[in-house]
Amino acid sequence: MKFPKSLVAIALLALSSISSAADKITIAAAADLKFAMEEIVTVFKQANPAAEVETIYGSSGKFHTQIQQGAPFDLYFSADIKYPQMLAKEGFAASEVKPYAFGRIVLWSASRDASKMTIADLADPAIAKIAIANPKHAPYGKRAEEALHSAGIWEKVEPRLVMGENIAQTAQYVQTGNADIGIIALALALNKELASKGNYALIPDNLHQPLEQGFIVTKLAADNVLAKKFAAYMGSPDARRVMVRYGFILPGEMPTK
Amino acid sequence: MIDSADLAAIWLTVELASIVTILLLLIGTPIAWWLARTPSRWKGPIGAVVSLPLVLPPAVLGFYLLVVMGPNGPVGTLTQSLGIGLLPFTFAGLVVASVIYSMPFVVQPLQNAFEAIGERPLEAAATLRASKLDTFFSVVVPLAKPGFLTAAILGFAHTVGEFGVVLMIGGNIPDKTRVVSVQIYDHVEALEYANAHWLAALMVIFSFLVLLALYTLNPTGKRK
Repeated sequence: MKFPKSLVAIALLALSSISSAADKITIAAAADLKFAMEEIVTVFKQANPAAEVETIYGSSGKFHTQIQQGAPFDLYFSADIKYPQMLAKEGFAASEVKPYAFGRIVLWSASRDASKMTIADLADPAIAKIAIANPKHAPYGKRAEEALHSAGIWEKVEPRLVMGENIAQTAQYVQTGNADIGIIALALALNKELASKGNYALIPDNLHQPLEQGFIVTKLAADNVLAKKFAAYMGSPDARRVMVRYGFILPGEMPTK
Repeated sequence: MIDSADLAAIWLTVELASIVTILLLLIGTPIAWWLARTPSRWKGPIGAVVSLPLVLPPAVLGFYLLVVMGPNGPVGTLTQSLGIGLLPFTFAGLVVASVIYSMPFVVQPLQNAFEAIGERPLEAAATLRASKLDTFFSVVVPLAKPGFLTAAILGFAHTVGEFGVVLMIGGNIPDKTRVVSVQIYDHVEALEYANAHWLAALMVIFSFLVLLALYTLNPTGKRK
């Protein structure tokens, strides 16, 4: 077989431009990070003006499957540390699994004052629709289900549950008023857009398993310097400050009630 | 294997698609008839509106339906004042959404079938003093039978294949809004690939059979 040399040269050039695209990273992040991650990326870019950072939000379970199937993500921030741990075990990680935060769940409503409510109030049949994330695969949904069980009201609440595909969609069900109240991530309730529309009440974290969140650098980004840099940046005071502002409890800090 | 939740999803999907198909034939027939026969200058715009779901991403439909049928939307206000409550997260809501979403798949084959009939059989019926209604049921419907079949099969199949709209307005409630496509998605997200495979394979077989029926019943290039 003979290929014109110029074609080979072009192919090589194209290949090299892909592999040298180390000043670009794609982050797959759990939906609860939507607002916090945006701010962290903004600050990160100020310090690294040449860096190109693309962020994709969705459910942790979906990203897990996609990375297994070779999705072009360099970093994976899961809302449940279990998913990156599985990926690491299967050889899809180029870093240790790093815990980066503990999440909290809250009651949030756009139509009533949730700050004056407790989780037990959800038993009230006057509340027609209660939104949670799908417990089957969304970590925040799983914790919401546990909390409802612990509060002893699961049976009373279950027929009125509507389930979001991820925690951001769950919040959107409540925000549009289609659900009266929802159990969503504190990180979302603290966002300006949602905070202006309704109040929240923290659900005591002894009602559910901890929402330990973790991230990995994927195998794909094993040689990506920028990915490593961003991973390290998550531990910086700047990034930690943003996370704290969005209600995350950081590893190594005492959980507050 | 297929478990009871999967079976519930399959049954719900069949139920939804059947109701939607019947409704679509009832609603779509007069619309298609009008579109096929009218000299009105509204033919273009109305035809375009009916066909919109062909082009629109399901996310657009889902988003608007969620907002319009929500408590602050016009349809939501109406349904609430009628005492029906809100449509999102209900089976009725899915029916409404699916009727809109699958409308072009029923109207277009019907319209084509009606147009193919032409004027002559209708004129012949008129000289025999058949009423318009009589003409429609005794002449048009038998002549357009392949069109009705195609419309029903496509309407049914397209409703079964719906995913994006259901995901946005369904709320994933067992026996109410958790249809097969959503159930498969949930299995995949929960890493239950074996269950996902079973349901997905069923869908492939079903889709193949639908298309097979379509091509067998309506062989192209041959008109009876």
